[in-house]
Amino acid sequence: MRLDLSDDQQLLQETVRRFVESEMPIESVRGLYDDPDGFDSGWWKRGAELGWTSFLIPEALGGGSLSGDGPVDLAIIAEELGRTLAPGPLLPTNVVAETIGRSGSATQQALLADVVAGELILAWAFCEPEGSWSPDDVQLTATGTADGYSLMGTKTAVEAGAQADHILVSARTPEGLTQFLIPASTPGLVVTPQESLDLGRRFAAIRFDSIEVSAETVVGTVGGAAADIDRQLMMAMMIQSFDSAGAAARVFEFTVEYAFDRYSFGRPLASYQALKHRFADMKLWLEAGHAVSDGAADALADGVETAHRVLAASAWVGDHAVEIMQDCVQMHGGIGVTWEHDIHLYLRRATVNRGLFGTPTELRDRLGAVLDA
Amino acid sequence: MTTTEFEDLDIYRERTRTWMAENMPRRDPDNPWDAVNDDDDRGTRNRQIQRTLYDGGFAGVCYPTEYGGQGLPIEYQRVIDDEIVHYDVPLLFSLPTLSITGPTVLEFGTEEQKQRYIPAWIRGDELWVQFMSEPSGGSDMAGALTRADRDGDLFMLNGSKVWSTYAYRSDYALLLARTNWDVPKHRGLTMFIVPIHHPGIEVTQIKMVDGTVEFCQEYFDDAEIPAENVLGEVDDGWTVASRLLFHERAAVGGSSPYTIGRYRRGAAGRRELVDLARRNGWAGDPQGRQMVGRIEELNTVQQELIERVRVGIGSGYFPGPAGSIVRLFSGVSEVERANIALELNRDSALVWDTGESTGQAGIEYVQRQARCLGGGSTEMARNLISERILGMPREYAADRDIAFRDVPRSG
Repeated sequence: MRLDLSDDQQLLQETVRRFVESEMPIESVRGLYDDPDGFDSGWWKRGAELGWTSFLIPEALGGGSLSGDGPVDLAIIAEELGRTLAPGPLLPTNVVAETIGRSGSATQQALLADVVAGELILAWAFCEPEGSWSPDDVQLTATGTADGYSLMGTKTAVEAGAQADHILVSARTPEGLTQFLIPASTPGLVVTPQESLDLGRRFAAIRFDSIEVSAETVVGTVGGAAADIDRQLMMAMMIQSFDSAGAAARVFEFTVEYAFDRYSFGRPLASYQALKHRFADMKLWLEAGHAVSDGAADALADGVETAHRVLAASAWVGDHAVEIMQDCVQMHGGIGVTWEHDIHLYLRRATVNRGLFGTPTELRDRLGAVLDA
Repeated sequence: MTTTEFEDLDIYRERTRTWMAENMPRRDPDNPWDAVNDDDDRGTRNRQIQRTLYDGGFAGVCYPTEYGGQGLPIEYQRVIDDEIVHYDVPLLFSLPTLSITGPTVLEFGTEEQKQRYIPAWIRGDELWVQFMSEPSGGSDMAGALTRADRDGDLFMLNGSKVWSTYAYRSDYALLLARTNWDVPKHRGLTMFIVPIHHPGIEVTQIKMVDGTVEFCQEYFDDAEIPAENVLGEVDDGWTVASRLLFHERAAVGGSSPYTIGRYRRGAAGRRELVDLARRNGWAGDPQGRQMVGRIEELNTVQQELIERVRVGIGSGYFPGPAGSIVRLFSGVSEVERANIALELNRDSALVWDTGESTGQAGIEYVQRQARCLGGGSTEMARNLISERILGMPREYAADRDIAFRDVPRSG
C-alpha cells in the first residue's frame, strides 16, 4: 500500500476494499472457479462504476483519473483485487484501453465510453506459442489485401480471450509491428479456452487462419506499433506487480495472525526466534515489493527511467511474492498444502503473475542488456 | 506549524542553488556518497565545508536559532539535500555529529550544555562520535561494563569502548557507562559527554580485513569526567541511549531532519559495473547480463525502499524501529553485490599485477560480513522487525530483573 495517498485516493482504496469484501468474499471467488467466464458481468459493471476501467482513458473520451496520474490510481485497484483474489479482466481491459486512447482512430476511441461503463471487455493478444513476451517474437503476419489485411498465426495465454468483445492483436507487416483492434465476432476466429494454474483467470488461445480484417482495424500507423507495445508490456507488468504485492500482503497478514494463535510446545509459533527471523525476512521482501511497485507506477506516470523501474519491480515482486507465500505455507504446516486452505489460491495467482510477461530471470536479462549495448 | 511564516520554499531553493554555485566545492554528481576524501587526522576538509555552510546560513537548518541553527522545518533541509548533490557534503558532521549525538544533546542537555556544544558543531568546530559498543558485546548495548564511579564532582571512568568511527579525529563522544551495579542493567547506566583527547583516555585505530583504519577502540584508565558532563540523569542513561538509537535509525533510514545530503546510487556506479563486466569478458553472455541486471534490480529496490520507510516513519505508518527494514536490506543486498562482483571479476579479483586495483572485489568479498554487522547486526534487525513492528514476543533475557552484578558474563 502506498504511504502517500491523497484523501481522494484513500477514499477510493477504502471504497474498493469494502466493495470487494462485501460483494466478493472468498466463497464467491471459489464459486466462480467453475464458471466458464470466471467473472460476473454485473459485478464487473459495478466495479467499473468505481473507476476500474477509466483511469487510463483521457477525460475527453469519457475516462479520467482521480489524481491526474492514471497508473497510480489504477495501481490502487490492482492491489486491492490482488488482496482479495477478486476476478475480472482488469489488466487486459486497461492495457488495451490505454493504447486505444493514445493511438486509436476516432471510431475505435468511440468504444471507450462502453469500456468505462464496464459494458465492453477488451483482450490483449500478444504472446505466441513459439515465442516469449518479447516484441521480437511476434510472428503472426498481416498481409495486405484489396481492402484490408489477412491475419495468419496463433496467440496464446490471451486473458479473457473468450470473454472479450474486442481483441487487440499484434502482428508483423513488411513495415514492422502493427496492431489491429478486431471484434470478437470477426468471422473465422478460432478461440479455444486454455487451462491455467490460476483458477480465477480465464485464458484462451486464438488461431488466425487467413482472417480478413478491414484497414479500419489498424490501431495507429502500419509498422508503427513498437512504442505502444512497449507501453502495454510495461503497464501490464506494473498492474501485475500490484496484484502480486496485494496478494502477498494478505497472505502475510493471515499467516502472522496464525503464528500468534497457533501453539506448539506450550508457546505460540510467533515466539520462536527461528520463525520470527523468517517473518522478518518476509516483511522485508513485502515492504521492498510495495516500494518498488510504487516506483513502477510513478515511472509510468512521470516517464523517468520507466523501463528500468518497471522491470525491477516485476522481477523483485515476481520472485518474492511467491517466496513469501511458500514460506507462509511452511509456517502453516500441513494445512497449508490442502485444497481447503485458501493459501494455494493466492500462490496459484502469484505464480502465474511471476512468469506471465517474462520470468524474473528474463527481466533481469533485459535490465542487464546495457552490458551488450 | 505552517510554512507561511518562513521563506517561500521555491525562493529558498533558488537562493540555495545560487549560493552553492558560488561557494561550495563541486564534485561528481554521480557519486554523491563518496564525498569525504578527507585523509588527514583532524577531518579538516569536513570542518571547512561545514564552516562554509554555516557562514552562508545553511548549517543546522532544523536546529533552533538560539543555538546557532536556522530554526526551519524539515522541507528546507530537503531542499539543501537536493541542491548539495553537486557539491562536497560534510559527511562527518552529517553523521553522527548533527544527526545522532546532536539531537540527543538537544533533547536531554541542560541549557548550559546546549549553549556550550551545539553552536560549536553547527559551526564546524567540533566533531562528535558515539562510545556505545564494548569489546564484551556489540548487540547488548545495555550490558555495558565500562564503569563510572563517582568521586565528589567527578566520575572516574574505567573500561573500554569500541567501533567508534574516526574517534581519533573527533573532539567529543557520548559515552554510556555503568554507575550502579546493584540494579537491573537498564537502570544503572549514565550517559556522559566525554572529551576524547583527555588524560586517561587512549584511542587506538583498528586495522580491518580490508586494511582500513577508520574504526577505533578507546581505553579509559581513571579518566576524570566532571559531573556536569552527565547528559540526562544519573542512572537514567538508558532513556538517553534509547533516544540516541532512535535518532540513529532515523538518520540511517533517511527520515532525520538533521542529516545533510541523501544516499543515491548514481549512474557512475552503473557505468563502473558495466565496464567491469565487459573488461572481464561478460559482454554477450546471458549470465553476465543477468548478474548486472540483478544488481540494477537491487539498487532500484533499495532506493525505493529507503524512500518508503522514510515517508512511513514520518507519517507514523511505521514505528521508529522500521529503520531496521532498511538496515536488513542493506546487509543482505550488500552480501549479494559482493558475491556478484567477485564472480564478474573472475580471477582478476584473486591474482593481479602489481599496481592494478582489480583485487578490490576480492578484498571486499573477504570483508563482506562487515555489512551485516556494523550499525547493528542483521540478526538484531530481524529481532527488531519481528518484535517491534510485527509485535511478536520478545526473546527470553536471562538478565532481566536481577542486579547487574549478578548477571552471568563471558570469561
